[in-house]
Amino acid sequence: MKNFLFLYRSDFSSAAQRSPEEMQNNTKMWMDWIGGIAAQNKLADRGNRLEQAGKVVRPNNVVTDGPFTEIKETLGGYTVIQASSLEEAAELAQGCPILAFGGNVEIREISVL
Amino acid sequence: MEEKELLPHLFRTEYSKITAVLCKLLGFEHLDIAEDIASETFLSASELWGLKGLPENPAAWLYTVAKNKAKNHLKHRAVFQQKVSVQLSQAATSELPELDLSARNIKDSQLQMMFAVCHPAISLESQIGLALRVLCGFGIEEIADAFLTSKDTINKRLLRAKERLREENIAIAFPATGEIPNRLEAVLRTLYLLFNEGYFSASHDHSLRKDLCLEAMRLTFLLTEYEATNTPAVNALIALMSFQASRFEARTDASGDTILYDDQDTGLWDNDLVQQGEYFLNLASKGTVASKYHYEAGIAYWHTIKADTPEKWENILQLYNLLLTVEYSPVAALNRTYALSRANGKEAALQEAKKLSLNDHYQYHLLLGELYAGVDNRAARSSLEKAMALSHSAADKKIITQKIQQLTETD
Repeated sequence: MKNFLFLYRSDFSSAAQRSPEEMQNNTKMWMDWIGGIAAQNKLADRGNRLEQAGKVVRPNNVVTDGPFTEIKETLGGYTVIQASSLEEAAELAQGCPILAFGGNVEIREISVL
Repeated sequence: MEEKELLPHLFRTEYSKITAVLCKLLGFEHLDIAEDIASETFLSASELWGLKGLPENPAAWLYTVAKNKAKNHLKHRAVFQQKVSVQLSQAATSELPELDLSARNIKDSQLQMMFAVCHPAISLESQIGLALRVLCGFGIEEIADAFLTSKDTINKRLLRAKERLREENIAIAFPATGEIPNRLEAVLRTLYLLFNEGYFSASHDHSLRKDLCLEAMRLTFLLTEYEATNTPAVNALIALMSFQASRFEARTDASGDTILYDDQDTGLWDNDLVQQGEYFLNLASKGTVASKYHYEAGIAYWHTIKADTPEKWENILQLYNLLLTVEYSPVAALNRTYALSRANGKEAALQEAKKLSLNDHYQYHLLLGELYAGVDNRAARSSLEKAMALSHSAADKKIITQKIQQLTETD
């Protein structure tokens, strides 16, 4: 078994306008999805959400607020899952609630140092 | 209490106290001697009480006899050591320590003993066996019955465990402050398994199983009496045990067969234990970290409410989702999928069930039988037949047969 990082990207700018019911329903979709992966014993680390505020440090003392001046899509969170191959990992990402909101899941194998 | 019941009762409650205090005094390497002295004390009681009648305060009588026996043992040991080892200073042996059987020292000793017995150096099943023997005063035969194995196996297991504890030089002491979280986790795991051993054991000895559960609860209570060990996880574990134990009388029939949750007589559920569970679950909710015992206690709480509501099953599903993110187990995965069927419908649950890769477990096919029933009765029947082929115990086969019958009737 290998570990894979799931990176969740989406345009989160509309998330703040969601009603409490929508937010609750969104949480349920995520938990049901993560619970389904955990029930297959393929969850390595539940991961975390990422705050939208961020900074990027570039050479020559250039520090900007966030990497996302031109693109609307931002990183919203991550999870570590276990799978035998990249293909299986991609299969597990099907059904991720972020897909229903126009977002995507980037999958990267973790190469342990 | 009847006189003939008194001695076994005292044995259960006092044997472990005397052993713990003695063992703390003599050191873990002399656990056998501590057990011998405790056993001899009860032997004296059974001989003398039969002839002369009960003493006024039986427990105090036992303590006095144990103290004297301990003193004699230490005297012999001192003489022996003086003869063998000339370097031994006179001062070290001239004063014999007194066996302190005060309520405080009994509790302290039992708590420290609990940490020693639940030491990660020995295997989990040995920890449970040793806990039953040394901390709960269970006989070898009772332990063998609870584990559905032979006395011989248990004896060997306990012997190995004691050797291991001696080799590792495990002290009967409260762990250092920094070690408490890890060591406490090991203790909780053992107490949790001890409880489950009683609750889910296939043994038909109903009172033995109940004793096992009560002992696990007593030891967990003991942890709440010390500030350093009175953690949210400990309180959550007591809540879990209380909720589960509340259904103890309802879950088996007169012949010892299992009665499934849906068929239980709620009149037999113990409301006091439910309230006790709620009390401890409240205490457990202080703090910021949720342990697996919190989630399991939450699931058990919802099971104390018989009425099926969407709210109940949605909560149970989410608690199973959380439990699985903390720790995977096949049972949790199967139960989560059942909860999913109640909250999100059978179709959704069937899709998830197919991903579980638990083909070797009869419970998996039992679950499929449940999920297919009413959706595809032919598939339901073939799942139940697979479950039947994979199950071992007569009790499980009986339940599966009932389910196949129910399926035939609704067809």
